[in-house]
Amino acid sequence: MATSTSSGSASSWVAGSREGEPLTTLASSSPPRSVGPDRELTGAELEPPGSRYADTIRMVGLYVICVAAALGITMLLVLAVGGTPASVIDALIRGSVGSPGALGRTLDDTIPVLLVALGTLIAVRAGMFNIGQTGQLVFGGFCAALVALKVHGPGPLVLIAALLAGTAGGAAWAGIAAVLYTWRRVNVVIATLLLTYIATQIVDYAVSSQSVLEEPSKSQIGSLAQSAQLPANVRLPHPGSYPSFGVSLGIVIALVLLAVFMVLLARSRWGVHLRMSGANPVAARRFGVRVALVASGALILSGALAGLAGGAMLTGQVYRIQGGFANTFGNDGLLAALVCRDRPGWLLPVSFVFAMIRTGGNYFLATGVPNYLAQVLQGLLVLAAIFPPVYLERREWARRLKAARVLALRSAAA
Amino acid sequence: MSFSVNASIVISGVVAESTPILFAANGEYMAERAGTLNISVEGMMLAGAFTSIAVASATTNLILGMLAGIAAGLLVAAIHANFSHRLAANTFVVGLTLDALVLGATDYFATVLKPMPAQFPPVTVPLLSKIPAIGSSIFVQPWPFYLLFLLVPAVYWAVERTNWGLQLRASGENPGAADATGIRVNVRRRQSLYLCGILSGLGGSYLSLCIVGAFNFDMTAGVGFVVIAAVIFGGWTLRGAVLGGLLFGSASAMSLVLPTLGTTVNPQFLLALPYMAALVAMVFLAKTHRAPAALAQPFTRGVS
Repeated sequence: MATSTSSGSASSWVAGSREGEPLTTLASSSPPRSVGPDRELTGAELEPPGSRYADTIRMVGLYVICVAAALGITMLLVLAVGGTPASVIDALIRGSVGSPGALGRTLDDTIPVLLVALGTLIAVRAGMFNIGQTGQLVFGGFCAALVALKVHGPGPLVLIAALLAGTAGGAAWAGIAAVLYTWRRVNVVIATLLLTYIATQIVDYAVSSQSVLEEPSKSQIGSLAQSAQLPANVRLPHPGSYPSFGVSLGIVIALVLLAVFMVLLARSRWGVHLRMSGANPVAARRFGVRVALVASGALILSGALAGLAGGAMLTGQVYRIQGGFANTFGNDGLLAALVCRDRPGWLLPVSFVFAMIRTGGNYFLATGVPNYLAQVLQGLLVLAAIFPPVYLERREWARRLKAARVLALRSAAA
Repeated sequence: MSFSVNASIVISGVVAESTPILFAANGEYMAERAGTLNISVEGMMLAGAFTSIAVASATTNLILGMLAGIAAGLLVAAIHANFSHRLAANTFVVGLTLDALVLGATDYFATVLKPMPAQFPPVTVPLLSKIPAIGSSIFVQPWPFYLLFLLVPAVYWAVERTNWGLQLRASGENPGAADATGIRVNVRRRQSLYLCGILSGLGGSYLSLCIVGAFNFDMTAGVGFVVIAAVIFGGWTLRGAVLGGLLFGSASAMSLVLPTLGTTVNPQFLLALPYMAALVAMVFLAKTHRAPAALAQPFTRGVS
């Protein structure tokens, strides 16, 4: 089932006309009629007014206005609390990229967002709308923790095994949704959404029961349920550590995967099949694409990447599994991918901005503003980022419908 | 402890946990029959919970607080509806963003405003509360609880017996055909979302004003998704949604009540039960649990 996401490319919907060309075929293929002394039937009304660059300028301008509005509302909230916008912006910038240590932490936060976003982009391109990234991330982290804590062996090997286990765990969790879709036609959105909360409870149970993962030295009843810490040799290496620039090697993994998949999506046959399956599964099937396989594979792949993100978080930053392990990284990755509007080139910058807001937001409290403002800012920015394309697309549709109606009336009157 | 005391503990717990879910499930039922898969129920309920407490403590007027909570749910619904069904944005993006936005905003304002506790006192229904074993728990509740008994038949009548409801259901099953007959599909979808916002805001206000009596950070803690699971588990019928809401409310009530009665049940299992039940229902009851055919598919006239 292809849930249509609003795409920025204006595809022509009138048969026989390509984007930008006047609709002369319609007029020339029909026998000549007397349409009146002055007018000739062309499709000129169907073309967008103004030059081709007007569209881009309009879009960019609207983006600027929307982002400014989002920032403006945030600053109003700051003023309502008695803070100063300037100090809040300063805290955000300095807390996220102002020092090498901060930059390292921001990059550390970019890793899971980027991986999850990459997976989401792949799945959405195939028409599978996966919103269970949180569950896949958590389950992947859980599987990675199982391997990292229970398997004994040389450190680097266990580390690699843990990351692979995380990937496999996330893939399996998404695989459940894929199987349900293929076998029983269960809506992918519903299945992945429900599975998220089941995964959270499974991991919650695992870190609360001694027989599975709970830390052996847990003493007080009220303390947070969590697993034991990972042994030091099963952690991702960090060149340097805070306050100097220290980022886990997970960033290399994430960037390599991003580059690999960008090339695959753009240049490989699989990438083309993926896009075909998402755009028009019926036509793709006629063309010979195994749509069920490609689409389910994309869903499983997005789960695998989310699981890898969980494993990377576990071995690179957090070093233990806890109740709130996902820490909204799943949602952030999903939103980042959808803000990118199916353009893989935007994934890295957008993920970085998400991570910047998260890291910089930790410093808001020092300026007198609660840290929750970061979440508000992120939500407003996402809304601001999705508004311009859909607004302009709506306007364009309305204009074309009106022009087509005028054209039809005129040709009927002829 | 005696049977009637145990029974009233259990029933009070079930009523307390189920009522917010039931209010919101009525709204979500209407929204999903219209074809919108509304994920922002969580945001609507949390907004209602916070705003009702904030206004009730600021004005010391409980009814005003409840109305403010309903208005907050309606505001969230308005943003969602206009982004999703006027502008054709991706409804899941908007829903999830609104959930996070409302969470951040309520935490933000709660830190700053620090609202005082406020609570509706329970009301005793004169004769019915004397029924043994159950009367003292079901019929001694804050008065907004009794709105449920009016709400469910009203929603049934509105969706199944009015022209508006017929148009709503048509918008969910085949929006293209509905549009061809002159039904304004996106208008009905937006209206269903507004109603969902009102009822979810009411559910959230019930949670904060009637059950807890204060606002805690992330008070709803995912109950909006339990509401969605209830509607799915119920197979997109009102009877099923109410049953699902009661069942899932009971499950979370059990995780709180059973320890006081001496038995322990795995709390995570009870918390995961709604989602597992909904998934199982989707898989094994696929014939009777037919989703509205156009569920979660945006509609734009002219695009097939």
